[in-house]
Amino acid sequence: MSYRSNADLGGSQEHGAIIQEPEGELFHAPWEPRVLALTLAMTATGLWNLDMNRAARETLVNYRELSYYEIWLAALEKLLTDCGVLQESATPPPRVLRAELVAAMLARGTPFERAPARAARFALGDRVRMRADQPAHHTRLPGYARGKIGAVTRVHGVHVFADTNASGQGECPQWLYTIAFDEHELWGDDSAQRSTISVDAWEPYLEPA
Amino acid sequence: MRDGDHEHDAEHQASEVSPLQLRVRALETVLTQKGYVDPKALEALIDTYQWKIGPRNGARVVARSWCDLEFRRWLLEDATAAIASLGFSGRQGEHMVAVENTEDVHNLVVCTLCSCYPWAVLGLPPTWYKSAPYRARAVKDPRGVLREFGVELPESVRIQIWDSTAEVRYLVVPRRPAGTQHLSESDLAALVTRDSMIGTGLPRAPM
Repeated sequence: MSYRSNADLGGSQEHGAIIQEPEGELFHAPWEPRVLALTLAMTATGLWNLDMNRAARETLVNYRELSYYEIWLAALEKLLTDCGVLQESATPPPRVLRAELVAAMLARGTPFERAPARAARFALGDRVRMRADQPAHHTRLPGYARGKIGAVTRVHGVHVFADTNASGQGECPQWLYTIAFDEHELWGDDSAQRSTISVDAWEPYLEPA
Repeated sequence: MRDGDHEHDAEHQASEVSPLQLRVRALETVLTQKGYVDPKALEALIDTYQWKIGPRNGARVVARSWCDLEFRRWLLEDATAAIASLGFSGRQGEHMVAVENTEDVHNLVVCTLCSCYPWAVLGLPPTWYKSAPYRARAVKDPRGVLREFGVELPESVRIQIWDSTAEVRYLVVPRRPAGTQHLSESDLAALVTRDSMIGTGLPRAPM
């Protein structure tokens, strides 16, 4: 099975300008807030999770041609179709987000941390190499960091694993770390930004270096 | 992905109802009729992100950290708890980390894989944060990106870029501007811009 994310953009050639936007300018068409609200309300039904949302968005074949809320809309339609919600016979979900529960739902959020079942494999300061292969499923290891060596700078605890959660294989919680890379490791010796780039990475992405 | 949508929208707004508007309206109607969404919940969600949850939340956190050393220490050690103590928590802010700018270090936040952003303290991300050029370049050419935002950092300052690839969300704590000793916490909060908490800007200078 092939899986292709069209959303992994870090370090890619993009020449477009960054168009600044004043604070408070949130939407650019009247349908955009509707898509935002529909997406949040449908995610709250529990028919799918956040990682499935991301997978649906990043695999849209025309991802790069769409505006951000068009991406959200197309992914929402795709998920609704996949779940059979738009069919004649569809029955309402057990959980519907009611107006009076919105504030509480947003304030609670969806915590992703879980109790550790075993000790962390890596500790602060450890040097690690990121997996080099491109898995055939949703993943959160950006292409620019694959195969690169960095150092553990934070241990966040055990978090829901995006890779399995996105495909319905369950949360499979894993230790989550921040890995810091020197710019030269990622972009070569000519890079002269005086920068460090950090990513958050689950344990299965890492091996000792 | 198209960068911004301004031209496109002008086009849409010219006609009374755009095809996208119709498409979204149809979807909303079906989902409401089938009992999947409560229309009042949609209004509540929009109202929340339009008026209640936005960068003024984060500005309060930063201003507090400028005034209260104990809070600042807490924020840098356990941002989720420190931020929650001011009443900000939840969706897209469940696991917060605050990163502090200093004389030697400037922090910049990005999500190269989608648009992860600390909603609980900054609200919805600006269009440029979600755009391909920012996501592509922030990790590789941060100085070029900052220059576009009018921020020129001395050579001596190291840039730390935080790519939000999991569910940890980053809040930049900018440096307190000089000459603000006399200002109250709420006056200080007014100097804290959204961009200064993403790292693409600096706080305003006092009047």
